[in-house]
Amino acid sequence: MVGIVGYGAYIPKYRIKVEEIAKVWGEDAEALKNNLLLEEKTVPFLDQDSVTIGVEEAQSALRRALIDPQEIGAIYIGSESKPYAVKPSSSIIAEAIGAIPQVHTADFEFACKAGSESVFVCYGLVKAGLIKYGLGIGADTSQGAPHEALEYSAAAGGAAYIIGEEDTLADILETFSYTTDTPDFWRRDGEFYPRHGGRFTGEPAYFKHVLGSAKGIMKKAGLKPNDFTYAVFHQPNGKFPLMAGKRLGFSMEQMKPGLVAPKVGNTYSGCSLLGLAATLDVSKPGDLILMTSFGSGAGSDSFVIKVKEKINKVRNLAPTVQEMLDDKIYIDYGKYVRYRRMIRS
Amino acid sequence: MRDVAIIGTGMTKFGELWDKSLRDIFVEAALKAIDNSGVKKIDSMYIGNFSGGLFVGQEHLASLLPDYLGVTPIPTTRVESACASGALALKQAFLEVASGFSDIVLAGGVEKMTDIATNEATYGLAAAADREYEAFQGITFPGLYALIARRHMYEYGTTREQLAMVSVKNHKNGAKNPNAQFTFEITMDQVLNSNLIADPLRLLDCSPITDGAAAVIICPAEMAKEYTDKPIKIIGVGHATDTIALTDREDITTLKATVEASKRAYAMAGIKPEDIDLAEVHDCFTIAEICAIEDLGFVKKGEGGKATEEGLTLIDGKIPINPSGGLKSKGHPVGATGIAQVIEVVAQLRGEAGERQVKDAKIGLTHNLGGSGGSVIVHILEVM
Amino acid sequence: MVTGVTVPKTWREYPQRYRLEANQCIKCGKVFFPPRLICSKCKSREFKIVKLPEEGKIFSFTIIRTPSSEFKEYSPFALAIVELDNEVKLTTQVVDCDFKDLEIGKRVKLVFRKIQEDGPAGIIAYGYKCVLAKL
Repeated sequence: MVGIVGYGAYIPKYRIKVEEIAKVWGEDAEALKNNLLLEEKTVPFLDQDSVTIGVEEAQSALRRALIDPQEIGAIYIGSESKPYAVKPSSSIIAEAIGAIPQVHTADFEFACKAGSESVFVCYGLVKAGLIKYGLGIGADTSQGAPHEALEYSAAAGGAAYIIGEEDTLADILETFSYTTDTPDFWRRDGEFYPRHGGRFTGEPAYFKHVLGSAKGIMKKAGLKPNDFTYAVFHQPNGKFPLMAGKRLGFSMEQMKPGLVAPKVGNTYSGCSLLGLAATLDVSKPGDLILMTSFGSGAGSDSFVIKVKEKINKVRNLAPTVQEMLDDKIYIDYGKYVRYRRMIRS
Repeated sequence: MRDVAIIGTGMTKFGELWDKSLRDIFVEAALKAIDNSGVKKIDSMYIGNFSGGLFVGQEHLASLLPDYLGVTPIPTTRVESACASGALALKQAFLEVASGFSDIVLAGGVEKMTDIATNEATYGLAAAADREYEAFQGITFPGLYALIARRHMYEYGTTREQLAMVSVKNHKNGAKNPNAQFTFEITMDQVLNSNLIADPLRLLDCSPITDGAAAVIICPAEMAKEYTDKPIKIIGVGHATDTIALTDREDITTLKATVEASKRAYAMAGIKPEDIDLAEVHDCFTIAEICAIEDLGFVKKGEGGKATEEGLTLIDGKIPINPSGGLKSKGHPVGATGIAQVIEVVAQLRGEAGERQVKDAKIGLTHNLGGSGGSVIVHILEVM
Repeated sequence: MVTGVTVPKTWREYPQRYRLEANQCIKCGKVFFPPRLICSKCKSREFKIVKLPEEGKIFSFTIIRTPSSEFKEYSPFALAIVELDNEVKLTTQVVDCDFKDLEIGKRVKLVFRKIQEDGPAGIIAYGYKCVLAKL
């Protein structure tokens, strides 16, 4: 059965609290925290980008997979904050982990879904027997415009998955993709900040596709919400995934381990993959997990994942999401704009 | 090999010489040396220069300088060994005379560093380190010596105050040197409160960025008295190399090239460290002087700080170090420093050092070091 | 003006900067980083490629406050000589830490980061830095 052979997450060490940002703009921090279910978000340092974060994730995934990187046949990375507009990030990661030269790589873009995109394609290639292992990565260092809602959530981080057929720690039982053309959130070429359709990003975008994909996969697999141990949804904030989950019939207990947004923010292409990693970190053999991503534009990829024995052996070979959540340094708004290069020296 | 003597010296003032170009300052120093020696012609020239290319975009000094000195067609050789380029020029000149190949040779050094911004000069200076594995990673020269200082403090208990005393002493000496870049004294407090550059080193632990040129004229000892009553003989020459990168050394507080070069110089001169009356050593940073007096054998390893604190290295101390003011106060035009050190020792041995005079100076040593210790040349000079 | 980040040179250094590839003298076992053509210890010319360990301890450190121009936006930053677990030493920055937490002997772990860029339009040179290891 094709599944996950290794996984690795990464979040940067620096954090900024909602209060710190709200103070600058004279906004009501408590109201924001309650409405969005966000407390703080991750901030990458000057020397970090989606490539360095992708490399950290890939190295952790390799530590759990215990495979020779030369056996990786494909490497894909999804990101909306690539350091080069033209020049692959995936080839840099391939070079850094020693998977070159016999490997296929590409960079994907589909807003926040690009990470699950990468995993989806690896799954297909392994299932078709074309490659032995595929590495799918979601990593972002997204920017939120100052004095704008997304400033509270746009964060950095993500996770990587090595897909294979032998000796998996979790199997992928089913996949389902749901896509339409929906202009909810976009960034034109050359623009620094993205723009969005305000309230339009809710029902016609996030909810339509997340619910559509989740219902679609459950129907295809003949499963109900009760059958699952855990459910992970894309988390632009802490509120939306809980609302989606509730409407689908999932409980708070099922969604809690995967809900990383309150302490991390929205890591865009890395988001649902990071939630899945946090869930795998606490899962037991036999657990059934639903993961549904969402990318603006718009689409959702769903996966049904069954955890196996091997998780217990390899879980602690790389940092868990909780360990990284606990390892933090708080910064103020001045350092935040400096590290995000909004002011330049 | 014939014996070789220094018969004339000349240098520009060291400092920020905004009005003068590289060729201007070299010619000024060379003419002073030629006049001071009384020679009518020179057979060949050796020039120490670290990087005309990076600082002023000028290479081929081996043609530019004899041209502007008016001495073409004589052969001219530019030599480079980072901050030890000056001493290397003298060593090569010495060999050319000692071998009998030439009679009158000029050994000079020149560096023009202030035409570019400080952070660009920092980039240029980093060429003396390992560009790909030290400079690329963010190191600067103060940084390299700060790494040495912290380790020296960790291994031997050298204190922050002892480092400061090196600077205070050298400024006290430099205040009496009309050619020095800084002719003011400083206090311990001023050193300890100056801006941090690379912790634990502060601004006043670091030699400055300087323009300057210096030259000496040498000839076979047997001819020396035709030109001067006070020729100074070169009795020892030692040259050694070590790894370029600090990380390739077992012990970063001992600069092996200094140990080896001085051993060879002492052996050639037939003397021991105790026989030296004064030394001009390479105090590019305060810690460098402390390591130098240990590695040259003047004090035991680890006791350089203590020796400085006890006043052993003052002009009237047991082993006067850097009576000229050293690189710290005199300035450090990289390629010229080695020659300037020789000029100070010559003045001291001739009894012409004025307020800086070390009593009964008969034998002097110069210690010129490149980079973080990758190359060292030591000369020992004696009254003839 | 020449910078440290030129295309062929940056590319040529990938095995060392990305993958910590060193070489080891087959005769006497000395490890060299970067790799060498002749062993400085026993003068042998036969080597095999080895990868450096990713953990070690601080051998010495400083805080760079007046860097050369390519590092201006990072100033001040911590820089250390790290002695890796196989006794090879590296010069590397220490990131994600408070300067006051630096001490000779503390354990560190190497991480993949941006080192320099050839301006906002030039190529990015990635490489290794280190972080304090969690106890």
